[in-house]
Amino acid sequence: MLRAASVFLTKLITGANPVWVNCEAHSTKLRVYFANHGSHLDFATLWAALPKAMRNRTRPVAARDYWGKTKLTRATAVGLFNSLLIAREGITRQDNPIEQMAAAMREGHSLILFPEGTRSTDGVIGSFKPGLYHLASKVPEAELVPVYLQNLNRILPKGHLLPIPLISSVVFGAPIKLDAAEKKTDFLKRAREAVLNLMPHAHS
Amino acid sequence: MNLTSTITREFIFTIFGVLVVASSIGFVLGKFAKTDGAKSTVQNLNARINSWWIMVIVVIGALASGKTVATMMFAIISFLALREFITATPTRRADHRSLFFAFFLVLPLQYWLVHIHWYGLFVILIPVYAFVLLPVLMVLRGDATDFLERAARTQWGLMICVFFISHIPMILHLNFPPLSLGKEGLILFLVIVVQGSDVLQYVWGKLCGRHPVAPTLSPKKTWEGLVLGILSSSALGASLHWLTPCNAWQAFVMALLLCTLGFFGGLVLSAIKRARGIKDWGTLIEGHGGMMDRIDSLCFSAPLYFHLMSYFFNGTI
Repeated sequence: MLRAASVFLTKLITGANPVWVNCEAHSTKLRVYFANHGSHLDFATLWAALPKAMRNRTRPVAARDYWGKTKLTRATAVGLFNSLLIAREGITRQDNPIEQMAAAMREGHSLILFPEGTRSTDGVIGSFKPGLYHLASKVPEAELVPVYLQNLNRILPKGHLLPIPLISSVVFGAPIKLDAAEKKTDFLKRAREAVLNLMPHAHS
Repeated sequence: MNLTSTITREFIFTIFGVLVVASSIGFVLGKFAKTDGAKSTVQNLNARINSWWIMVIVVIGALASGKTVATMMFAIISFLALREFITATPTRRADHRSLFFAFFLVLPLQYWLVHIHWYGLFVILIPVYAFVLLPVLMVLRGDATDFLERAARTQWGLMICVFFISHIPMILHLNFPPLSLGKEGLILFLVIVVQGSDVLQYVWGKLCGRHPVAPTLSPKKTWEGLVLGILSSSALGASLHWLTPCNAWQAFVMALLLCTLGFFGGLVLSAIKRARGIKDWGTLIEGHGGMMDRIDSLCFSAPLYFHLMSYFFNGTI
């Protein structure tokens, strides 16, 4: 009930208009959706743009140091969006985000990941952190789906509290996989380019 | 608009009759379309007709529900149009606050002024006060990149989507002697003539359009469609003169002016679209594109209609 309401509210604010480019909306495979990051609304919007059946088994991955800070942010991230909170810093063997993500996937959950690790302030997509690579080698059967989130950094930019009602698009691209012999830096570069290629006018 | 009066009911039945005829033609054309090109044209035509059903029901429903509901409907139309306009124009992070005020302060306030009938502030709120306030909010953020362009875009968005459109419900506050369909009939005249001109230009263009008017801006608009569309819609306006205080020839001239300005409104907004590299403003109205694609011709003609009506027909403001 609360989840349905949060999906509706997210769509009302951001439009969350899904565009599927060379990617099936429905799939029985495990997936990691990885996207550019520019706004607090990103994970809610991507999540709301998924078809309901897919959404129910997809968990956004969020930073624990930010979303776990207060009861309210934790309730929003975990209670409403079923987020998986992970540590960005101070990683130990017991508190290993890659392990936690892989464990969630072994339980049958797909994940939403923002490999830049933080929100961009100017709409430029930064370099990708290695987490996506490590996760891809831990769960090789997973489909890695590049996603471009358009306009969300304009709807609610970093440092602002109130959104403006522009229309966002969530562009899903063709899934990629980690090649057996592929180096970490090559893979991360290729993954970032897969997102960049989904930007409108990327080819013009 | 009084739904219990016979003339109102007959008029509404006529409008739905036109839609039934349009849907039937679309259905028959669908049976005859053989080539892929023809099929997609007919598909788009039928999507447009289906959307017309919804738009007609919404507009007539709102007009029949009284001034407040009608004003709110136009406020929502403005909101959706402004949303499409700003989405399609590049903005920077430093514009966030001014855009927030445009959407959530200026727009509601403009329609509130329509509602309480404060004409004096209504005509200057956006051209003067928003013009001052928005760049002030922007300049406080200290980002000078493309400053004039950014300020101008927001101002244009407010003028076209909010200021111009808000003149339509303001017509309900003009003081006229009793009209056969009430003051809502004045709005119907404007909407039917201007939207009718769009439809007739499309139909004539499809039937006998050869020579493009502005190939770089709007390749589908042809001279044949334009001239025949505007003339036939002006004739339609003349036949609807009884909705207004005009006699038949006055209504013809009025409709001619509205359709001509409406055509240029569409062309100006097409130029903005072309400059941004987009084909439609949005996807809200199936077959038509966005809200802005549907109301572009109304934007430019609405203020003129309002002023001509109040000036020549003594509709005291």
